[in-house]
This record gives sequence, C-alpha cells and structure tokens, in this order.
Amino acid sequence: MSSNSFAYSEQSGGGEATELGQEATSTISPSGAFGLFSSDLKKNEDLKQMLESNKDSAKLDAMKRIVGMIAKGKNASELFPAVVKNVASKNIEIKKLVYVYLVRYAEEQQDLALLSISTFQRALKDSNQLIRASALRVLSSIRVPIIVPIMMLAIKEASADLSPYVRKNAAHAIQKLYSLDPEQKEMLIEVIEKLLKDKSTLVAGSVVMAFEEVCPDRIDLIHKNYRKLCNLLVDVEEWGQVVIIHMLTRYARTQFLSPWKEEDGLEDDEKNFYDSDDEQKEKTDKTKKSYTMDPDHRLLIRNTKPLLQSRNAAVVMAVAQLYWHISPKSEVGIISKSLVRLLRSNREVQYIVLQNIATMSIQRKGMFEPYLKSFYVRSTDPTMIKTLKLEILTNLANEANISTLLREFQTYVKSQDKEFAAATIQAIGRCATNISEVTDTCLNGLVCLLSNRDEIVVAESVVVIKKLLQMQPAQHGEIIKHMAKLLDSITTKLLTQYILNLGKYDQNYDIRDRTRFIRQLIVPNEKSGALSKYAKKIFLAQKPAPLLESPFKDRDHFQLGTLSHTLNTKAAGYLELSNWPEVAPDPSVRNVEVIELAKEWTPAGKAKKENPAQKFYSESEEEEDSSDSSSDSDSDSGSASGEQDEQGGSSEDSSEDSSSEPQSDSESASEVGDKRAAKRNSKSKWKRDSEDGENENEKSRTSDSSSADSSSVEESSSDSESESESESESESRKVTKEKEKKTKQDINPLTKDVSLLDLDDFNPVSTPVALPTPAFSPSLIADLEGLNLSTTSSVISVSTPVFVPVKTHVLLHRMSGKGLAAHYFFPRQPCIFGDKMVSIQVTLNNTTDRKIENIHIGGKKLPIGMQMHVFNPIESLEPEGSITVSVGIDFCDSTQTASFQLCTKDDCFNVSIQPPVGELLLPVAMSEKDFKKEQGMLTGMNETSTVIIAAPQNFTPSVILQKVVDVANVGVVPSGQDHIHRFAAKTVHSGSLLLVTVGLKEGSTAQLTINTEKTVIGSVLLRELKPVLSQG
Amino acid sequence: MIHSLFLINCSGDIFLEKHWKSVVSQSVCDYFFEAQEKAADVENVPPVISTPHHYLISIYRDKLFFVSVIQTEVPPLFVIEFLHRVADTFQDYFGECSEAAIKDNVVIVYELLEEMLDNGFPLATESNILKELIKPPTILRSVVNSITGSSNVGDTLPTGQLSNIPWRRAGVKYTNNEAYFDVVEEIDAIIDKSGSTVFAEIQGVIDACIKLSGMPDLSLSFMNPRLLDDVSFHPCIRFKRWESERVLSFIPPDGNFRLISYRVSSQNLVAIPVYVKHCISFKENSSCGRFDITIGPKQNMGKTIEGITVTVHMPKVVLNMNLTPTQGSYTFDPVTKVLTWDVGKITPQKLPSLKGLVNLQSGAPKPEENPSLNIQFKIQQLAISGLKVNRLDMYGEKYKPFKGVKYVTKAGKFQLGRFGR
Repeated sequence: MSSNSFAYSEQSGGGEATELGQEATSTISPSGAFGLFSSDLKKNEDLKQMLESNKDSAKLDAMKRIVGMIAKGKNASELFPAVVKNVASKNIEIKKLVYVYLVRYAEEQQDLALLSISTFQRALKDSNQLIRASALRVLSSIRVPIIVPIMMLAIKEASADLSPYVRKNAAHAIQKLYSLDPEQKEMLIEVIEKLLKDKSTLVAGSVVMAFEEVCPDRIDLIHKNYRKLCNLLVDVEEWGQVVIIHMLTRYARTQFLSPWKEEDGLEDDEKNFYDSDDEQKEKTDKTKKSYTMDPDHRLLIRNTKPLLQSRNAAVVMAVAQLYWHISPKSEVGIISKSLVRLLRSNREVQYIVLQNIATMSIQRKGMFEPYLKSFYVRSTDPTMIKTLKLEILTNLANEANISTLLREFQTYVKSQDKEFAAATIQAIGRCATNISEVTDTCLNGLVCLLSNRDEIVVAESVVVIKKLLQMQPAQHGEIIKHMAKLLDSITTKLLTQYILNLGKYDQNYDIRDRTRFIRQLIVPNEKSGALSKYAKKIFLAQKPAPLLESPFKDRDHFQLGTLSHTLNTKAAGYLELSNWPEVAPDPSVRNVEVIELAKEWTPAGKAKKENPAQKFYSESEEEEDSSDSSSDSDSDSGSASGEQDEQGGSSEDSSEDSSSEPQSDSESASEVGDKRAAKRNSKSKWKRDSEDGENENEKSRTSDSSSADSSSVEESSSDSESESESESESESRKVTKEKEKKTKQDINPLTKDVSLLDLDDFNPVSTPVALPTPAFSPSLIADLEGLNLSTTSSVISVSTPVFVPVKTHVLLHRMSGKGLAAHYFFPRQPCIFGDKMVSIQVTLNNTTDRKIENIHIGGKKLPIGMQMHVFNPIESLEPEGSITVSVGIDFCDSTQTASFQLCTKDDCFNVSIQPPVGELLLPVAMSEKDFKKEQGMLTGMNETSTVIIAAPQNFTPSVILQKVVDVANVGVVPSGQDHIHRFAAKTVHSGSLLLVTVGLKEGSTAQLTINTEKTVIGSVLLRELKPVLSQG
Repeated sequence: MIHSLFLINCSGDIFLEKHWKSVVSQSVCDYFFEAQEKAADVENVPPVISTPHHYLISIYRDKLFFVSVIQTEVPPLFVIEFLHRVADTFQDYFGECSEAAIKDNVVIVYELLEEMLDNGFPLATESNILKELIKPPTILRSVVNSITGSSNVGDTLPTGQLSNIPWRRAGVKYTNNEAYFDVVEEIDAIIDKSGSTVFAEIQGVIDACIKLSGMPDLSLSFMNPRLLDDVSFHPCIRFKRWESERVLSFIPPDGNFRLISYRVSSQNLVAIPVYVKHCISFKENSSCGRFDITIGPKQNMGKTIEGITVTVHMPKVVLNMNLTPTQGSYTFDPVTKVLTWDVGKITPQKLPSLKGLVNLQSGAPKPEENPSLNIQFKIQQLAISGLKVNRLDMYGEKYKPFKGVKYVTKAGKFQLGRFGR
C-alpha cells in the first residue's frame, strides 16, 4: 500500500486509479499534506487524465478527490474544463459531484460555466421530478449574471410544476435570483404571489422565506393566504414553521388591534381605562369601540399553541415570541413551561433561551416565578450560562422570595469561578436597590465580604457598596466608618501620593494619564495651575446616584428570538415589529370570496379545498388524476370517522385482544380499553370523561345535556323547558361554582375542559377520535383536527362563517329611548364570553344633543337557564356619537326572548332580543361522507322535509348557497353531485348537529330536508327557509 | 440564511468548509478564534459572534466546532438547532461525529450537506429521507461500489418528501417485526452538604427502535399518563389524540428515533436514590488535608444502583491525592485537578468509601471552600417517576410484532454540595 504514495506521478490507468482514489479519499490528511508539497500541477494532471478516461469508476474517483479538495478549501478551479465535460454523465453520483463543483467554481469561470447550461435546460424537462428539481437547484446556484433570463424562465415554469418538490425548489431559486439580480424583483414578486397560493405544505415554508427576503413589506400578498397559512402551519416541516410564525407575528402586529389595552385597564383600574379611552376618543373621534378580538387573530394564537410541544427548540421559541408579541397578556403564561423545558437542551440553546427569558422576566416576573428553582446555578454550568441564570434570578427577586434567593447567592459568592462570584455581588446590589426591605441586610452582607480573601470579591463589593451608599448617602455613616477602619493607619495623604506615584509607572497609558491628571489637580506644588483651586468642585460635585439595572432592560424593543435580540444591536435585514394599529385595517381582506368557492363546489371543480382543513391534503399530482381523491384528500373528520367504520368492521380481529381487555384487566382497562367500548356505548364514554374532568361543573352540565337529549326524543316541543328545568336544579345546587366557572370562561373561553364537554354532546352521533385512524390514512388527521376555529370536538369542527349578513335589528328605537337608539346584529363569530353563547353586537347611538351617561344593562328577565354576558358600562356617549359593544347570550337553543333593561343614568328601557333560529347555529366543516353518515343517524323523528317550487334560475348553486347562508349560519359541505347541496351546522348551546339538504328535482321543484335532534329548531328553520328559497 | 459552514477541530484547524451561496474566505474564522482565545474554555465560547460583515453562530459538539456564517437576521436558535441536526446526522451515518469519521467520508458529508440545505435554507433533515437519497456507508457497499462502479446516491425522490408522512420511508420490509421502547429517566438534582434537596426534577425520554414492515400505525398508552407534566413530541405524534386521551398515536419513522421527551414536575417529590457523605478538610499551615467520601443507597426502590462514578473538581492548589478506595478505582488528573472515582455498584453490606490524604502546594493559602461533587449512576428496570407503559397496539398491518419496553433511571445533572458550602 505504501507504494501508492510514490505511484502518484506515474498514475494513468483507470484500474489503478480506483485503488488510488480510495486511498486518497479515505485518508485525506496524509494525502493532503503530500499534495501540498508536490506542486499541485502534477497531481491535477493525473486528475485530468482520470476525468477524461472512459471509465466511470475513474471519473468518480477523480471527482471524489476533487470534492475532497474543495472541502479542504483548496483551489481546484483549474480543473474546470475537465470537470464540466462530465456534467451530462449518466452516472448519477458523478453528476451530483460535478454539480457540487460547478456551484463552487462557476462564478470564477463564467464563460466555461455557460457550456453546462444547455444540459440543465434539458434536465428541467425531465420526467423525473428529482432530476428537474436538482437541475433547477444547480442552475439557480450558478451565480453567472448572463443567465438571469434563463433562470427567470426556469423559475416561472417550475412554479407551475405538478410536483410540489419542484415548486419548493422554485421558491428557493427565487431568493437566489434576487440576490444575483435585484432588478428582477417585480417579476419575482409575481411568482411569489402565485406560490403563496400553493396549498402544499412542502412549499409553504420556502415561499414564505422567499417572501421575507424579497418583499417583506408587501403584506397585502398575505391577506388572502393568511387563514390558509395558519391552518397549514402544524403540517409544515419544522424549519418552515419557524419562518412562517415569525412572518405571521409581524403580520398580526399590522393587521389586528392590540389585545393589551383593555386587559391592562382591567388589571389596574377600570376608571383609568375609560378615562384614557375618552381622551383618545376625542382625538380619534368616534371610531373607538370596545375591543373584541378578531377571529383571525384568535385563529393564529390557537393554531400555534400545539407547536409549543415541538421537539425543535427554534419552533418553540418562535411560538413563544409570537405569544409574547401578539397574544393577550393573560395567555402569555403558557409559554413559560415550554421555555423552561428547553433549558435541558445543549448549552447553545440554553444560552439563547435564557437571554430571551431574561428579557421577559424584567417585564413580567410572574411568568417565571414558579420555575425559580430551574434557574439555580450549577457548578458545572459554563460561565455564560451562570451569569444569565443569575440575571434571571435577580429579575425574579421580590419580597416573598428574596430571603431564599439571598441564601442561594451566598453560595454563589464562594464559587471558584471568580467572574461569576463578582457578577453575584453585582446581583446582590441590584436586589438591595430594588427591594427596600432587604437593603440593609444586603449591605451588611456585602460589608462582610470586604474581609474576603479573594481580591476580586473585595473589589467588586467595594464598587457595589459605593453605588448603594451613593443612593442613600445620609443613613450609612456606620458603614463608611467600617470601611475606613479597613485601611491601615497610614495617613490618607501619604497613601494617595504613594498610589499616584505608583500610577506614574503603570504599564497602561490610560492609568498613567489619569494619574497625571489627578496629581496636577490635587497635590499642591508650585506649578499647579489655576484649576487646582476648583479641585473640590470638580471631584466632589453632586453626581446622580447610579442606577443598578439589568442589561436586558431595554432589549424587548427587538423582537424576541431574533439575532438582533441576542446581539442587542440591529442585525442586517432585521425587520422591525410595528406597533399595533390604532384602527383595525379592514378584516374582510382576508376573506376568500364566496362566489369563487361556489364555482369550485360544482363537480367539475371536484370535491376539494373550500374548507381550510382540507387544503393540507392536496397531493397535487395524485389529486389531479384520482377520482376517488375526495376520500383521500378528505377533510380530517372525513377520513377519521369515515374509516372508523371500516375499522369497526374489520377490526374485530385486530382489536379482539383489546376489546376483551376490559374484563381481564381491571384498572387500566377503564382508562384505555374504554375508548373502544365508548364507540358502541357513548354513555359510558361521557361518564368516564366526566369522571376524569377535574371540574365538577362539567358533571352538572353533562347531565343537563343528556337529559335534554333524552327528552327531546319523547316530547320535542317541551324540550327546551325540560332542559332548563334540569339546569335550574343543578344550578341551585352549585350556584357558586357555576359562577366561578363563568368567570373562568370569561377569561379564557377555550379551555380544554369545555371542549371535552362538547365532545360528549356529540357522542350519540359519533365518537370522533375513539379509534386510531387506519394506517394508510394521512397520518396527520388527528393533528389537523385542531386547526379549525373549533372550540369543540374534533370531528365536528366549527368553521368560519361562510357569510355574515349585515342586517341589523332594532333593539331600542330612538323615540322610545329618549334619544338613545340601539341596534343589534349577529356577527356570527364564536362568542368570546362563553362557547355556549351567541355573540351579538349592539350599536348604541346618541341622537340627542347632550351627553348620555352611564349606559349599562340593568335588570335581566331571562327564561330559566338562559344566561347573558353584558357589556361593561359605558361612561358617556357624546351627542351624535355611536359605540358598538359585544354581548353574549346563551339562548339554550331556543327562540325564546331574552328581555333585559337598557339603562342610562336617568332612565331604564325594557328591551328584548329574540334570536332568529338561524343565528342559534355555528357552521360546521365536514365531508360529504361524514354528512351522509350523520344524516343516516338522524332519521325518523329527527327529520323534517318539504317540497319547494321555484323558477330554475333560483336553483343555481350560488343562489341556493347565498339564500341558505343568509338565513342560517351554516357551513357548506362539499358535494360530489351538482343537484344536491348540503349544509351543516351545530347548535350553539348543546352542539347538536343540524344538517340541511337541498336536493334539486326535475322541473322546478326541490326537496328541502333538515335533520337534527333539536326538532323544534329544525322545524322552525324549515319554515323560515322554505319561503326564502321559493321566492324569486 | 446559512451562508457557509466551517468545521474546526480542537487544535484550531479548519478541516472542512462548505458554502451554499458565494464563497466566504476562511479568514472569517479569525474572529471566532479570537473569541475562543478570550473564553476561558471551550464551553464559554459565545454561540453568537458579531463580525463587521458577518455573524458567526457556532455549536460545540464532540470536540468539534461547527461554525456557520450568517449575513442577515435569522433566529439564532434556528441555526443552532440545524447545526445540531447536522451533527446528529453524521452520528447516525458514521456511528460517531468525529474529525476522523468526517474526513474518511468527506464525499458523503458533502453530499449530505448539499441535500440538507439549499441556498442556506433547510431542505431535507429527516434521517429517513436522507437515507433514501444517500445511502450510509457500509463496508460491504463500499467494496461492491468500487467493483461495480455503482453509487451511494439514490436517483428517485424519496416517497416521504411528498407524502404527509415525511419522516417514514416507503416499502419497509422486515422478516422479524420488532418495536422496542426505552424509557430513560434522568434525575437532575442539587443537594446541599447537609443532604437536603435544594432542587430536583425528573427528565425523561422515550427512545424507540422500530423495525416494522409497511405502514404500521401505533398507539402507546400509559398506566399513569398524568405524571407527564410537560412533553415534547416527535412530529409523527398526533397531538390531538394526546390532548384528548393521553395516548401516543403515531406512524413511526423507520429505525431509531426519540419519540417524546418529558418532564415530571418538580412539585412531585423526587426520590433520591443515593446519598453521599463527604468530608474534605485542610489543616491550617500544613500542606496536606484529609479527604473522605462514603456512598450509600437511599430511596432505591429495592433495585441495585450500578455504574456509579463520582467526579470532583478539586481546588487549584491541590497537587496530588493519595487515596484508598474500598472498591473500584480512582484517578486524579493533576493538570485538570479532576478526581474521578469509578465505584461500580453498591452492596448495602459494605458501603463503598474513598479515604486518604490531599497534598497541597506548599505555601499557598488553603482553599476556602470544599469542592462540589458530581455523581453518575444507573438503575436498571426502574423509571423513578413511576411511569409505566400500559400497552402498545398496532393498526394497519396484519402481522404480530414483537414488542418490548425497557426502563432505566440515571443521574442527570446530579450535584452534591453547593459551591462547597
């Protein structure tokens, strides 16, 4: 083998070359050293020969050696002509290595690089998507300005490629072309716009990255894709998630109103809030409203939450910063736990996360206080981690924990790591200034440290004590005396002179300089100038007391988690996070047009993508040709529950061991085995759940709804009554708890408990996630279920309203209201006050010429069981002023009137709201398959139907859609047949499904069918829909 | 995003460079070396360094520095996570992430880096996908390749890239279908000299080794899932199922992977399986001191504690140590001043101890503090939190897999004595 090393020069044949190549690549270091001495010329000569041989193995070995050279950073550019010839090699590995070479050297050898272009152009048309993608990748990586037009063309074509993988590469190529030639910006933005519409999860991250690099200011391109991106997010690969979350954070800050102001007001003092509001109102005129969170804002916050559980620290941090920057202050707390978890990771991750926690902990101590001990310093931590932890501990210090912390700090002072010990002393100083109770304790402790043996500790203590004393000069004569005692008995004057003399010979010029300066000023000698007279004034001037504060104090003006935040300077390309807008920009820009969708629902458009949840499944190529793609690309709920059936049948064998388990296995069975039993026996399911639930109220609630369910079958008309009765019973038992729950709901209407509860209501209909999905179904189904606006179960997921009618109803006429007029309308949004409530927006107008003060809701006369969340009293309403407030009413799924008093300072007016039946619903997204299945279970008494006669032009899909959604807040179910239109919704209170079917018949008739357990609602809705659909 | 990557060994040689955009000169690393010199030790090199034209973000892994060059704003954790993923991939491919392994496989390394990033943005980082694109080296394959001239590079797009299950490769076939889970828990604790616990919590992971044919859909349930306070998941896990039922439901990647990591909240009392009595005293005005450690079992749930190692960072003034262990062996490195005592396992009849004399530098002041101790140990067949896997069900495939769960508890960051109180 050793003979190989001198065989280099005579190397020529292919066979031997193989051997040599092996040797050369496997032991780079010796051969590298060798290459250094033998002039590269000779060695490259034999590489050239190898490349020109007609054996692939020789070429491959040559290429491997060349790549080895590139990796070492050696120059291999002179081989360019020999290498570029092989760009069309059939051997895929040679080809790949040639690509590596090309990308590295094309910039230096532009003319020669052009030789390879035609090969790539050909490869761009290859039938293999991998080859198309890699050709695009290399073509766009060759930084040769001449080929810009070719690149542009290639990118445009690739962005319309059938393969999402190629489209992903196109998104990457956009950035490359942009950095090569910024003048292409406009054209590239067009491509970005197109790719942003892409529904593949593969593309999303890359195109958002391109967006961020090329046109981060074109926020308008995001509007239409906003909801889609939010919904796709969970499925995007982790790196894309980070980029998208950062972009959406910026987006949210420009598009939504601040969720903070109101809460800050509530936390502090209500008066304050309203006062300031008034002031602002004077400025901005009448535009101010009470704050309701935009549902899109909520969507983003909700859909990012599961990502806190990601294994990727960057994703967790991205979500954390999103919560920090855009969520209501009351919800930020959930990120602490996840961030603390990251502290177990490697030191680099710890470093960044601790920095961010340090910034957060300054503003909000409470967030991390429960995790105080997680920041305790270990002797094995690197110093940079130690100091960051110390920083956080100092930020978290308060009256309650300071004694524990000081004890902890005392041990740190003893650390062998002196830099850290010094930092600890600084920290003690800061605690002393921040918490006045312990100032004296700290001072005394620090004074003790003056006798420490370590000089760094002593020096640091002196500095800190000096600072503390400066702040309270009067009280601490004792300490100064003590310090003075530590000096030896030498007179100060001599000592000073000695020090100054010593300073003259110091190595540091700065110190020499300073000594000279001081000497001239204070040591009296004959040459001393006029200045010395003022020495006292100069040195003993009143100085402002130093502030001991955290170096992280003002870092939060940088977006958390960014490089700029870490460095505390603005990094190149940092995008500023804007302030919340004063007035919310038009939220409707994010709506995707109904009409457009209506077109898509026709069979030609195939069943797909009108509902965000479905978009993830677009597997482009497959989707195009497979007719059964609807089941494949079905909505989450579709395949989850639809295929349950299959499994229910076929799983008899596979699950027999598990189903037999409940008997054999005692304890665990109730936990796990139940979920299968639950499928058949829904009652046991909710029983288990309610047992599980910590909240007792759940139990009472569940029993309400179950009693309502059973009664509704027997005597449908009295349904709401019996329901309210049972509720009142349970209410009397647990009035106080109920109240507690209500307040809890007010704060956070989306607790998990609530969603479990709703799940129970559905159980008679279906068991959403009782069984795992069978193998070939897209695996993310279960995850996707969380994507919708759903606050409820996973199979029946609430979607966004298809249409929001602008029709308003009069609550109080201005004549009867002595000038105060009130209108209300149904915004069809999930109510923020409680998920069983219907959200109502009330607009109050002052038509008088004087202020109306203290508008509030007085006595309520609600039918039993009904609940109402009132708006906060309005201090005053200017003449001609108007204000819109939100009210939530739980109508208990009945059309009974909610009566209450609308009061001003002087008067009370009796008003009432009777909800149209169509507003007691929330739209539901489900697949056709699910729909049929659910419909099959709701026959007999639960079905009402009628025949409608109308002109044919009234039966076009878009007209029917428009009419139905105008009357009722229902969601559209994609239909495979163009003569049947399906709509699905659930009732707001109990969550019972309501299914509407419009089946077109020959001639001008149609069959309108409504299936629901709530037969009253069903028949009322039928009565309302019939005239609407038949009128022309 | 990521412009270039340099791999640097401990002696400061740049032994590999890769550029994803235009070439950045090696001289940019000088800023890194400068920062390295300033830092007392490798652990203290700041992960983010700002230079006039670039930013350097680096990680330190297995005695290597991975230094990446960044030009514009990017979340630093993004880069850090990615660099660790690169190191993980090397580990996965070559069995170790060392300078030698990387140099031996420089071509594969280059091919991997080429696939993992495009224009500085991560492209394929899932091990299952990479292995379809670039086959890991085996001795047999390299022999075959050199004879036949065939390559390590796949020529079709991995199926996973396009499906909704990007982490699993298609067409997996095994004759023996097996699924193994290792529940590994580590106790992090700080215990002061009096033996009382200052801080303790349990960090756990479940590592899986899945060799199952086809597309199995697994669900793993626990007897007591509520113990898991905070969990992070492999992307394959269906989050909703966990939220609603506390069951881990997933289509696994093929091969080894980390299924979840979790934390058992510090509110629960953490059992501390060992105690250590240590006494180190230095006599005034003498150049020697006494040293005495004894280890005993505490709350060990009746299991044997094994693999015990005690590490003590002695103060700088210690010259040498002259000790006698009742069992195991000890070493003292006079340069780093680290005492390592390899104890083995505890037999309750005779508790292991280590006693003897400490020689100090003559004339130097005696150390004012006692050093703190770090302990490693292992307990087989026990998850100290009490977590227990209930059952594993498989759907979607017909065959009966062989299933196994193993528990082990280890010491994590287990420190005794606080900066020597």
